This record gives sequence, C-alpha cells and structure tokens, in this order.
Amino acid sequence: MDVTSTWYLVLAALIFAIGAYGLLIRRNPLVMFMCVELMLNSVNLTFVTFGRELRDLGGEVSVFFVLVVAAAEVVIGLALVVAITRRRPDATIDDISVLKG
Amino acid sequence: MEQLAELVWLVPLFPLAGFLFLMVAGRRLGEPIAGWVATAAMGGSFAASVLVFLGLRSLPSEERFVSVKLFDWVPAGDLDVSFGFLADPLSVTMILFITGVATLIHLYSIGYMHGDENFSKFFIYLNMFAFSMLLLVLGDNLLLTFLGWEGVGACSYFLISFWFTDEANSSAGKKAFITNRVGDFGFMLATFLAFLTFGSINYDTMLSGTISSTTASAIALLLFVGAMGKSAQFPLYLWLPDAMAGPTPVSALIHAATMVTSGVYLLTRVNPIIAASAEWVPDVIAWVGLFTALFAATIAVAQNDIKKVLAYSTVSQLGFMFVAVGSGFYVAAIFHMITHAFFKALLFLGSGSVIHGMSNDQDMRNYGGLQKLMPITSMTMIVGWLAISGVPPFAGFWSKDEVLLAAWTNNRPMWFLLLIAAIMTAFYMTRLVIMTFFGDPRWSDAGTGAAGDAAPSATAPATVGPERHPHESPWQMTLPLVALAGLAAVAGFMNLPFTDDLKFLYHWLEPSLFGNEVHSEAGTATKWIIAFIAIAGGLTGLAAAGSVYFSSTRDRNSIERPIMADGWGYDRAVTAFMGGPGRHLFNAVTTFDDVVVDGIVNGVAKSARVVGLGLRGLQSGYVRSYALGIGTGAIALLVYFVTRATF
Repeated sequence: MDVTSTWYLVLAALIFAIGAYGLLIRRNPLVMFMCVELMLNSVNLTFVTFGRELRDLGGEVSVFFVLVVAAAEVVIGLALVVAITRRRPDATIDDISVLKG
Repeated sequence: MEQLAELVWLVPLFPLAGFLFLMVAGRRLGEPIAGWVATAAMGGSFAASVLVFLGLRSLPSEERFVSVKLFDWVPAGDLDVSFGFLADPLSVTMILFITGVATLIHLYSIGYMHGDENFSKFFIYLNMFAFSMLLLVLGDNLLLTFLGWEGVGACSYFLISFWFTDEANSSAGKKAFITNRVGDFGFMLATFLAFLTFGSINYDTMLSGTISSTTASAIALLLFVGAMGKSAQFPLYLWLPDAMAGPTPVSALIHAATMVTSGVYLLTRVNPIIAASAEWVPDVIAWVGLFTALFAATIAVAQNDIKKVLAYSTVSQLGFMFVAVGSGFYVAAIFHMITHAFFKALLFLGSGSVIHGMSNDQDMRNYGGLQKLMPITSMTMIVGWLAISGVPPFAGFWSKDEVLLAAWTNNRPMWFLLLIAAIMTAFYMTRLVIMTFFGDPRWSDAGTGAAGDAAPSATAPATVGPERHPHESPWQMTLPLVALAGLAAVAGFMNLPFTDDLKFLYHWLEPSLFGNEVHSEAGTATKWIIAFIAIAGGLTGLAAAGSVYFSSTRDRNSIERPIMADGWGYDRAVTAFMGGPGRHLFNAVTTFDDVVVDGIVNGVAKSARVVGLGLRGLQSGYVRSYALGIGTGAIALLVYFVTRATF
C-alpha cells in the first residue's frame, strides 16, 4: 500500500478535530493546552505534506515559525496555569472567567 | 538703532513678569513693596516702549512695520496663527501712552490703596490688565488681539468688583463682563469671516488683501459691534457708568488710557477694510458715535456722583472718537484718544484724590470749597477741566477741533450736533469743578469747628452737611496728577494744524493708514472759523455752567432733570426687559439647549450604552465559547472563500 499525501492530510484533519473537540469540552487548563498543541501540530503536518508534495521549502520553513510561536504561547500559558494553580489548586478554566462582560 | 524696534516683545514682558512675580511673592512683600514692584514693571514697559519708538523712528517710513514672531501658536490645517507682535506707528503710539499713563496710575495706586487688606492683589490685577492691553494692541493677528481683548475684559471684571464684599460692586463687575461678551461675539464672527475671506487672520494679509464690498461691510460692522462693547458705545455703554464701583485708579486705567480705547484702536487698525466696505458703513459708525456723544453728555449734566459724571463724560468723548473714525479722520480719532487718555486719567485720579480726602464720599452735593484745602488736586483738575472743555491751548482743544473738522467734512448737521455735545461737555465739567472746589462748603469739620480753612459765608453756615476732614493726598498721588496735568496742557502740540510740518502725529501715523485718511477740503478761513466756533462754544458752556452754579438763586432742577439723572431710563428699561420677557426668552433658549442640543449629545452616549449592554452577553468569560466563536468564524470564512473560488 502506497502512503500518499492524502493519508497525511486525513491524519492531520483527524488530529485537528480531536484537538478542537478537546479544547471545547475539557475544563482542565493543562489538557486544553495539550489540545491546542495538537491543533498546531496537525497544521504543521499539513505544511510539511504540502511542502513535500509541491517541492517547496516554504512549507518546512513555516513549521519553524509555528513552533516558535507555539513555544512562546506555552511559556505564557504555563506561567498562567502555575499562578492559578498555586492559589486555587482545583481551579478549572471556567472558574477564571472574571473578565466576562 | 534700527534693531531697537525688534525689542517690542519686551513691552508686554515686563507687566507679565510683574504679574507672575507678585502672584508668587506679592502677599509676602505686602505694602508698599508689592506696589513698587508693579510700578517698576510698568516703568520698564514704558522704557521699552520708548526704545521701540526710537527704533521705529530711525527706519524709513515705509519700513515701519516690524513684525516679531515668537512662536507658532495655533497651527491647525489652513489656519496658522503665530504668537507675534507687530510694531508699527499705530501700535507704538498706543503702547507709548498706555504704558506711560499706566505707570502713573500704578504709582498713584500705591497712595490710594494704602491700608487696603488686599493691597498686593490689586497690583497683581493691574499688571495683568496692562499685559492684556499690550497684547491687544501689539498682536499681529486678530486672534492674539482677541486674547488681549478677553484678558482685558476678565481683568476689568476682577478690578471693578475688587471690593467684592459689597453686592453692588460684584454685580457691576458682572455687568461689565457680560455686556462686553455681547460685543465679543461680533469680534469672533468678524474673525471667522476674515478667515473665510482671506484664509488668514494676520493683519498683514488682511490689510493688503482684496475683498468684496459686501464682505468688507460685514467684517467692519461686526468689528464695530465688538468696539461698541469695549468702547462703551450706545447701546452697549451700560457697563461703563456702573464700572465706577471699582477703586478710582481702576476707573482711570480702564476708562481713560486702556480698554475703552481698544475699540477705536481696532477700527483704526482695520482701516483698509472700512475703506473697502459699502459707503453707509462709516456713516453708521459716525452716527452711532454722534448719538452716544450727545446722549451721554445729557446724562452727565444731571449726575451728582463725581465719578458718574466722569463716566458719562468718557462715554461721550468716545462717541467723539467714533465720529472721527466714521468720517475717515483716523488721525483725529487717535489724537483725541491720546489727549483724552491724559486729561481723563487726570480727572479720574483727581476725583480719586478728592474722594480719598472726603472719606470715600463721592456725592458732589457734599463737596464745595475744597480748592484751598487741596491745592495740588484742584490746580491739576482745573487743567484737566480746561483741557476737556476745549479751551486753547490745552490738549483737548486741538484734538476736539480736529474731530469737529471731521464732522464738518462729513456733513454739516453732524458737525452742529457734535458742537452741542462739546458745549455740554464744557457745561457739565464746569459744573463738576464748581461743585467740588468752589462755592461754600456743604460739609463740616468738627476738628476745627469751621469748614476747614475755607471762610464760611454768611448765607451758608459752616456747620451744615456731613462731617468731613478734607486734606491733600500723599505725594504718590499728587505726583501723577502733576505729570498728567503737564501732559494734558501740552499734548496738543503733537499735532498742530497750522502748517503741514507741525502735524507730527499725522506724519507719524501715515504709514499705518494706507492712504485711507480723509482730508478736509475746507479752506484755511473755514478751518479758522470752525475753530473759533468751537472755542466760543466751549466758553459758552463754561459761562452757562458758571452762571448757574456760582449763583445760589438759579434753579438747578430745571437743568438737572430726573430723567437725565436716570440716564433716560435706558438702563432701567434694559433691566426690566432682561428681567421680564428676556428671562422667558433665555429660559426658552435654556430649554432648547437642555432638550435638543443636550438631547442629541446624550442620545449618542445613551445609544452607545444600549448597544454595549446588548453586546456584553457575548463576553461570557468562558474560553470554550470564545474558541467556538473563533472556530465557527474560521469555518464561515472558509465556506465563503471556497464557494467564491473559481478554479
């Protein structure tokens, strides 16, 4: 069986859907972060797939940008999680909704 | 020498520095040092004015427009207003007598305000007033002039209601301020119109630009409305007589050399616009001036308050100046303004000296026989009286003769009516002098048991009337009187009509008038006749008043009608209107403002609030709902682009 680009794309779509689903239903901040990572990395996978398919290095380069942004995002996000967990160890994401209108 | 004119910024700087310094340290310095500081600041300003004058004189006459731009003030789109001063013959003439007279008045105030608990505050106001007036005169654009114009109005409010614990004083201050605001709206509209027309409100652009007759008429009339407010012309003269509530040096400062002259100055400044306007515009100015001159003179005849006489006299004399402006005799107007500044400041300060000596009594019916007790005050005031009455060779004669010649050139009935006003001027001033300094004392001095040193006559016992202790004032007060008396005596020689060489003021002002000065076509003989009629008229007024007020048998009430004392009821009519129908009108305007104008403004704010309240539900604070929103949005965009895409 030949593994074509379609397989990779279907896999990426599945991972993205899992990530999005998890982000919407889970309340644990840490798990939600992992879901976000899943979504980002599914996109990375798509980039690489198209990069190989189209023989364009731009796809691989974009992945590095996404990784950097994701790393930066995680730094802030984890700092927030640590800060919140210190004060309220059992806090879920719904408990920190004081910025609502 | 030529560069001296560029020092013009120094002139307003001195009073500004004095003002700021006294703001900080005035109370600590106290009496009399605060007064001396303020006087020194004005003296410095006068010295700077003299330097600027010398610098400007050394320039050839067509280059006598020195503009000193300090900084960009209002750069806004097409409107570019700089904070700059313009030294030209007109403004320099103004600053010379403004700073000169103001210095003397500052000095006088040191004596007059002696013992006042707010001594230093008074000088803060005086310096700030002088600064505003100098801005008004020196500004090289309408906006800067307007800044000074408003500053003068605000300071006059502070100064008129200086003794604000008395209700009448504070309401007089308010009256002056509000009446001036009525005129100010004319000034503002004129500024807007000038900007629309010329694209600039700088004098150099405005005065050299081309303008249609209609626009010029509108600008000239609107500026005249402003001038009517500041220079107390009918129907906006109301504030000036009430402004006598202020301390007397204030009256001398505001109503002789500054503030009231600003309207005449403004119209003279924009003489090319008046020249470009329709023919009837100058006539309106002249006739309003004439009516004011006559109207105020009749009121002055029947006043018993010494300062009220002088107040109405000021209104009347300003009317003379507007007759000259309206007739195109700008030099005559400025000339009369200068001589008036000298003799009216002198008369006001003299009356202040009398009031000071008479324990703040201003009623002339309680005066009489003060001549021997106040020799310097009476001698100087007599000079002022002769000057204002038009007796040669005193200053007032020369300038008033020029104004009468202006009226003669304009049209004959105007000249005749103005002559009547001049006769009445001589009449009421003679009345003032006789009632104050001559005749039998109508007060008593218990200290000596007699009415001072004045010999009591058999017909009038010395013990009648309220008790007073008249005395001559200190030297700080008499020195300015003597200086002003000297000026009032000789100031006429700055513009003698005999030969062309002797018209110093005319030749000096010529560049600022751009050839718009009207020349009389009357021959030498006619001019002499007009002058002699003026002299005869003045002497008639003197003699008539002398025969009435020296005599004890003549009935004065046949002359001093109650309706004249009442100012022809005009003030009361305005008060009644403003308190009655006017109040309803203002209430209607207020309601309109509350409901419609505020309604629109508040409606905008309220609608924003309602929309916000509706939208706040979207901000749930739950991350997942935001994520859902983002996801839905992304899908919607995707669907949109995919369906639109063409392959």
